[in-house]
Amino acid sequence: MTLLQVDQLTKSFSGLRAVSDVDVTVTDGEFLGIIGPNGAGKTTLFSLLAGQLPPTSGRVVFDGQDITGWPADKVAGAGLVRTFQLMRPFESMSVLENVAVAAHHRHRSRRAARRHALEVIERVRLAEYVHAPSGSLPTAGLKRLELARALALEPRLLLLDEVLAGLVPAERAPIIELLREIHADGVTVMFVEHIMAAVMALSERLLVMAEGQELALGDPQEVIRDPRVVEAYLGEDYA
Amino acid sequence: MTTLTERPTTIAADDPRLKDSSATRSYAVLGVLVAVLAVLPFLLDDQTETVAVRTLIFAIMAVGWNLMSGYGGMFSFGHAAFFGIGAYTDAYLLVQHGVSPWIAMVVGALISAAAGTLIAFLCLRYKLAGPYFALATFAFAQVFLLAVQNIDALNRTEGFNVPILSEDSWTMMQWKAGSPLYFWIPLGILALGLLGTIWFVHSRTGQYAQAVRDDETAAASLGINVMRVRLVTVAASCALTSVAGSFYTQYYFFVGPEQGFGSAVSVNAIVPAVIGGIGTIWGPLVGALIVGPLSEWIADVLREPPGFLSFLEGLSGLDVAVYAALLILIVLFMPKGIYGTLRDRFRS
Repeated sequence: MTLLQVDQLTKSFSGLRAVSDVDVTVTDGEFLGIIGPNGAGKTTLFSLLAGQLPPTSGRVVFDGQDITGWPADKVAGAGLVRTFQLMRPFESMSVLENVAVAAHHRHRSRRAARRHALEVIERVRLAEYVHAPSGSLPTAGLKRLELARALALEPRLLLLDEVLAGLVPAERAPIIELLREIHADGVTVMFVEHIMAAVMALSERLLVMAEGQELALGDPQEVIRDPRVVEAYLGEDYA
Repeated sequence: MTTLTERPTTIAADDPRLKDSSATRSYAVLGVLVAVLAVLPFLLDDQTETVAVRTLIFAIMAVGWNLMSGYGGMFSFGHAAFFGIGAYTDAYLLVQHGVSPWIAMVVGALISAAAGTLIAFLCLRYKLAGPYFALATFAFAQVFLLAVQNIDALNRTEGFNVPILSEDSWTMMQWKAGSPLYFWIPLGILALGLLGTIWFVHSRTGQYAQAVRDDETAAASLGINVMRVRLVTVAASCALTSVAGSFYTQYYFFVGPEQGFGSAVSVNAIVPAVIGGIGTIWGPLVGALIVGPLSEWIADVLREPPGFLSFLEGLSGLDVAVYAALLILIVLFMPKGIYGTLRDRFRS
C-alpha cells in the first residue's frame, strides 16, 4: 500500500530550483534511504513534505490525503513527522517535559502524556537523563531526544535528517540499532544520511539526489554502482 | 501492521519518575502567602496600606504581563493598552450607566482579551518578532492613548471621577477609606492570577506555550498550532492586566488617559517582572514587593528631601531614573531576575 506519493514536487528560491520535479512513492512499512552531495535538496525535500516550506508546484499525497501546502502542525498531526539535523530541544525544559510536549498530542491529560513520554524515553535509552535540562545533553543525547519527541507523536512516516551526523562511530551503532527497532515496529522511514555504512545497512531502497533532482532510485546495491551516482556523490573509491 | 498505539505501556502509572510535585508545592506556597498577607490590613497604618495596595496593583499587572512576555516569549511594551481598557470600561460603565464594578471588571477583561488577541494576531501574522513585536505593542498602546484623549464619550483629557457614595456598598465596590476590603480585593485578584498562572504553566496549553517560546519551528513540527497557543496566552495576559486597571479606577476614584494608557503604565507592568524574574511564577510578585515600596519612598524623597539631597525637591521623573538604573543592574548581574537567579543557585 502506498503511504506517500510525491508528484513533480518543485521548490524555487528566486529562480534557483532547490528541489526540481521530484517523484517518489513510499510504500507502507518501507525504509527509504536518501543520499546526495551537500546542496542536493535533501533537507529542502523534507521541509516541503513536512510543511516547513510551501512547495512552488507539485503534489504530496500522504495516506490517501492531499497534504500539499499544509502547515507543519497539521502535517505532523496527520502522522508525518520529521526530525532536524541541527537539534532543536526546548531548552527551558527537562528531557521528560520535552517529550511530554509531543506526547500531549495524543494524550490530553498531563499524567498520561508524561507516562507515554517516559515510555518513549526508555525506548530510546535516555532514561538516565529523564529529569536533566535538555540543554545540558551531549550531542548523542540530543539526537536521541529528537527521535524521542518524534516517536511520542506515534508517527506513521518518520523523516530522519542526518540523525548520525556529529556522532563518533561508537555512538552510531546503538542509534542504528534503535532505527532498526523503530522500523520493525511498523514505522515507515525516510532517512537522509551521509554515513554510507548506515545507509546500506538500513535502506530497502535508495534515492540519490543531485542539484535538486532525482538522480537514481532503486535497490541500494544497484544504485551505488550506477556510474552517475559514483560520479556525482560517492567517488571512485567507494564503488 | 502493528502500530505503536497498540503496544501496551511498560510504564507503571505510579512510576516514581512521573511524580511532579512542583505544582502542588506552588499551590501550597500560594496558600501560605495569601494567608500571611491577608492579616496585613490589621497591622498597617492607613498610609502604609495605601503603599501595600499600590504594590498589589503592580503585582497583578506584572503577573499578567509575565504570562505573555515571560512564558509566551512575546515581549509586550504596550500593556498600558489593557490596563487602560480595564480602567476605562469600569469608569465608563459605572459613571454613565451605573453598572456594578464587578460586572465592569469582567466586561473590561473580555474587551482586553479580544483587543490583545487582535493586536497579537496582526503582529504575528506579519511575522513581527522580538523588538519589532515590542515596538508594535507600544504603538498600539499609544494609539489607544491618543484615541481616548479625543473621544467625547470618554471625556477626552479630563477622564472620569467615580462618584463617592455616603454608605458602604458591595455592589458598587465602595467602603469607607482604609477599609481592609480595599486590600483584600486586589489580594484576591492577585491570588487568582497566580493560581491561574500555576495551573497554566503545568497545563497542556502552558507547556505548548513554553515550547513555542523556546523553538517555534520545532514546536510546529510536533503538531502544535503555534498561532492558537500564542493567542490564548495573550488573551489570558491581557485579561488579567485589565482587571488590575478596573480596580485602579475603583481605588483612586479617578482615571485619566495618562493613568490608564500612559507609557509609564506599561513600564510599571514590565519593571517588577524583570526585576523579580520573567518566566517564573513568583518573580513578578517579588519584583512588585521591591518596586511598590521603592516608588513610594522615591516620591517621599522628592516631596521632602533630606538636607544633602535638597536639590531634588519638587523634581519629577526620579522614579523612572531609579527603575532604569535598577533594570541595568539586574540585566547585567541577575539576567534571570532576583527570584530566578536565587532559585537556580538554590537548586544547584
